[in-house]
Amino acid sequence: MHLKADTRHRVTVTLNGRERAGYAEPRTLLSDFLRHELGATGTRVGCEHGVCGACTVLVDGRASRSCLMLAVQAQGRDLQTVESLAREETLNDLQQAFRKHHALQCGFCTAGILISSTEFLTRVSRPTETQVRDMLSGHLCRCTGYTGIVNAILEVAETRDHEVSGPTDKEQENNNV
Amino acid sequence: MKPATFDYTRPGTRREACDLLHEFGDDARLIAGGQSLMAVLNMRFAQPGLLIDIAGIQDLHYIEDRGDYLAVGAGITQAELLEHPGLAEKVPLLAQAMPWIGHAQTRNRGTVCGSIAHADPSAELPLCLTALGGEVVLEARKGKTRKLPAHEFFQGILTTAKRTDELITEVRFPLGQGNERYRFREVSMRHGDFAIVALAVRICGDRTDLTVGGVADRPVRRSMTGNDARASWLNHFAWSLNAQDDAHASAVYRRHLVRELGSRLIDECSAQKDDTHAPQG
Repeated sequence: MHLKADTRHRVTVTLNGRERAGYAEPRTLLSDFLRHELGATGTRVGCEHGVCGACTVLVDGRASRSCLMLAVQAQGRDLQTVESLAREETLNDLQQAFRKHHALQCGFCTAGILISSTEFLTRVSRPTETQVRDMLSGHLCRCTGYTGIVNAILEVAETRDHEVSGPTDKEQENNNV
Repeated sequence: MKPATFDYTRPGTRREACDLLHEFGDDARLIAGGQSLMAVLNMRFAQPGLLIDIAGIQDLHYIEDRGDYLAVGAGITQAELLEHPGLAEKVPLLAQAMPWIGHAQTRNRGTVCGSIAHADPSAELPLCLTALGGEVVLEARKGKTRKLPAHEFFQGILTTAKRTDELITEVRFPLGQGNERYRFREVSMRHGDFAIVALAVRICGDRTDLTVGGVADRPVRRSMTGNDARASWLNHFAWSLNAQDDAHASAVYRRHLVRELGSRLIDECSAQKDDTHAPQG
């Protein structure tokens, strides 16, 4: 397979569970392909050199910078963007927690952080604050000071874990008192 | 901040990739995870005519324990190596150092061999490869391969002994030995930023190896024996690295870190009993 520069090539991906296709030059970044070709404008473009984290999407389930990936490299891959989180008009638990904890102000970084957190919570079910902050180190937020974001993620982790495994022994003890 | 135009190709075999490298030479660049190269392309620091994507070459996708070293193929991402079962027992230094590479979001795509090929003097993997005395395996056209030890491979800032017609197929990290202990530490502006100074210590009996990254134009390893006076040995080491001032830190501060952090790390490493339970960070 040899794709010529200055020529648009067909790229097919699974975006948020649906097969989608568009056209991209070899140099087209995945972030631009998502926004301009597929209309998935939830993903934000910030620094375009992998530092700010705003454009983070899931590629085959792993959080990745869409500005550090070419659209043609995404051929045949499974992509998940912020648009996948809400069901109809209802925000998911993570989005609701962000709202409750004031985990966003201008919102530019939020899509990327929600996506990273989504992957993170599937990997680490009961994270410590340090682990959450380590994951967040891959994102720049200039509004919130991160405190609300950390609180929101920790709360969701705890709630989801409760739903799966019930209260911890310690919590059970406290409830009995 | 968009890349200039280039042709893009995704060979299915190593042989095909090497043929392309031979044909296009300087005008071609290899891409695997792209976590260094894409930023370089976006900023147009490099404008290759052809991008050769090796991510589709299936037989570069392996991690193998070969008895005295861990072989990591060019398709393996940093996240895959970090999650490799038993890494902390096999190559304890990697298990300690790898969480410091970039961020989870870049480790998911960035490859181990890609970081070695990029040869950033402050990067963790070149430091580990130098500290452990590992090797890089290169392949050129017609299956011609050669092996280079880390200290010959790294030749300066973003400069290596890899020829333009060669592909790194594998890097080899020597396995940790029962009588060795390791410690890694780095100082950066924020976790995940480029290291101002990164240090790896290996202690084996009477001998202490200290490897320093982020100061000289490549990682540098030196050995100290029980007879050396530590403070003056560290001071000589710090001065020998020809530290430079830059936006992040002064040369004075970098030398200070080599002396102070080096000394602390050696103490911590000496006091450590069982390497597999070493705290990270």
